[in-house]
Amino acid sequence: MSIVDRPASELRKSLASGELTSVELTQACLDRIVAHDQSIGAFLRVDGERALEQAKSVDKRRAAGEKLGPLAGIPVAVKDVLCDSQAITTCASRMLAEFRPPYDSTVVARLKQADAVLLGRTNMDEFAMGGSTENSAFQPTRNPWDTTRTPGGSSGGSAAAVAARFAPLAIGTDTGGSIRQPAGLCGIVGMKPTYGRVSRYGLVAFASSLDQVGPFATTTEDAALLLEAVAGHDPRDSTSINRPTPAYTESINKPLAGLKLGIVPEHFGAGLDPEVSTAVKSAIEVYKSLGAEVKEVALPHGKYGVAAYYVIAPSEASSNLARYDGVHYGFRADQSSALADLAAERQAFVAAGNAAAADNVDSPLVRMYRSTREAGFGPEVKRRIMLGAYALSAGYYDAYYLKALKVRRLIRRDFDEAFKQVDLIVGPVTAGPAFKLGEMVDDPLAMYLVDLYTVSANLAGIPAISLPCGMTKAGLPIGLQLQGPPLEEDRLLRGARMFEAATDWHTKQPTLAGAK
Amino acid sequence: MALTRADVEKVALLARLRLTEPELGTMTEQLTQIVGYVDQLAEVDTEGVEPMAHAVEVTNVFADDVVAPSLPREAALANAPRQNGRGYLVPPVLGE
Repeated sequence: MSIVDRPASELRKSLASGELTSVELTQACLDRIVAHDQSIGAFLRVDGERALEQAKSVDKRRAAGEKLGPLAGIPVAVKDVLCDSQAITTCASRMLAEFRPPYDSTVVARLKQADAVLLGRTNMDEFAMGGSTENSAFQPTRNPWDTTRTPGGSSGGSAAAVAARFAPLAIGTDTGGSIRQPAGLCGIVGMKPTYGRVSRYGLVAFASSLDQVGPFATTTEDAALLLEAVAGHDPRDSTSINRPTPAYTESINKPLAGLKLGIVPEHFGAGLDPEVSTAVKSAIEVYKSLGAEVKEVALPHGKYGVAAYYVIAPSEASSNLARYDGVHYGFRADQSSALADLAAERQAFVAAGNAAAADNVDSPLVRMYRSTREAGFGPEVKRRIMLGAYALSAGYYDAYYLKALKVRRLIRRDFDEAFKQVDLIVGPVTAGPAFKLGEMVDDPLAMYLVDLYTVSANLAGIPAISLPCGMTKAGLPIGLQLQGPPLEEDRLLRGARMFEAATDWHTKQPTLAGAK
Repeated sequence: MALTRADVEKVALLARLRLTEPELGTMTEQLTQIVGYVDQLAEVDTEGVEPMAHAVEVTNVFADDVVAPSLPREAALANAPRQNGRGYLVPPVLGE
């Protein structure tokens, strides 16, 4: 077993005992990336030199007997959506291809404080919009279990990096399922904390009321470790929850006595892949054998989750992405050609004897905005901006945006009612295993429906986790989702750990092409 | 509800986007399909339901009015595509 195959919790012990140095560990990760990331494409940029420097510094401080942070010397991969003052942050968009943030996001700052080694920046769907990491402006990421398939999205790069054991830990963001879905499709653990548990300061905003940062890991204990390091109140994020962060790593191995699990009958309806259904049902049997009581609960508005989400998220996106105007930062389209186009359009109207119409042509400034955004954004981002601008426009605001916000409240109420009866809700995280690259790129609505089981947690703001619970005959991982009440990450992690401790799905690893 | 090309052109202007001819066609079709799906929200009875804009109920966050350093101008301008060291440069807003 190679160093990189070991979970972070074990690596920590080996680093602490001096049996392993962070330089050795970091080098092993970098070697594995060099050997295999060409066929996976998990990273947009690997920061080898900086990582080794950080590793060296941690080793030196450890040798000097200094007190170190909880992630001391452990390599972590970060989704390219969190600002790092020492790294270009692109959001996998041409718009930010050269963007150097002037400050650290709180999550990156906390990773640095925890003495983590920042390995590099992982690929994603442009501005975190998508479910397959194919919307990256730079490269697709491939699923380490089968490189003809997607790793899921939008945090596909982070999920693939952990699944391929390029990094023991990675950071992702989840707006509608973007951590849990790729974790499920890549056979690892991924968690979306309660909205507000982790600071969004310095996270490039997509849909501000839904976005949440969370951990990827190979075990629930490692997910707890990473969450503990980045969670907590941040005065710079006004939506950050001012509550202490429990020591998740200390409680994780304590099983939940008298656990009551809820299952939602609709989660097992038409559209669910039979192999996924079987695996999830066997997982529920495992819980029963551990003494859990399982009962049906109703989430009657759950079926409207995707519709509400695809009004609310694009509306917030259209507003958040207004800042990409070619003025303050990022890409600006070549002005000379944009302005020449504009002059030509004006002239054409005048020549046609329609001087009044010529006055309605964009001003030079508006033309600069429009041509910049035309060239800088990819198709999915444009689609969502358009959808949001439409839902927010006069005449449609009440019918779409306001209506979706009311449905959102009903979805949250359903969860509140359900959690009066059960401790956690258990079910599938995706309807099927990883799909083929290219399979859904031309069918946005089909792609939106991959979020079916995950979006409601974002709308309601509740925490949820995905963990491996099976394998298809073709050898693709299957994920199990647990959802809990707000701020009950501790319960969620302990509940997930109970299953993990009783099974060995989390130990399965993909065989990478050419790997020994 | 079916969107027309004119609707899509209007929204593109509002959103400060420009779409090519083929994009306009695809976008009209795809938005019609997505809006058609979203229309199922109309079946939900939301009479008397308060809209929920945030996942956690947001309360006012007060901070003491303490003067602290802000981003230096140089750093704020550093990522701008065009600037002159004092401000951002843009195409003419008035006249040509």
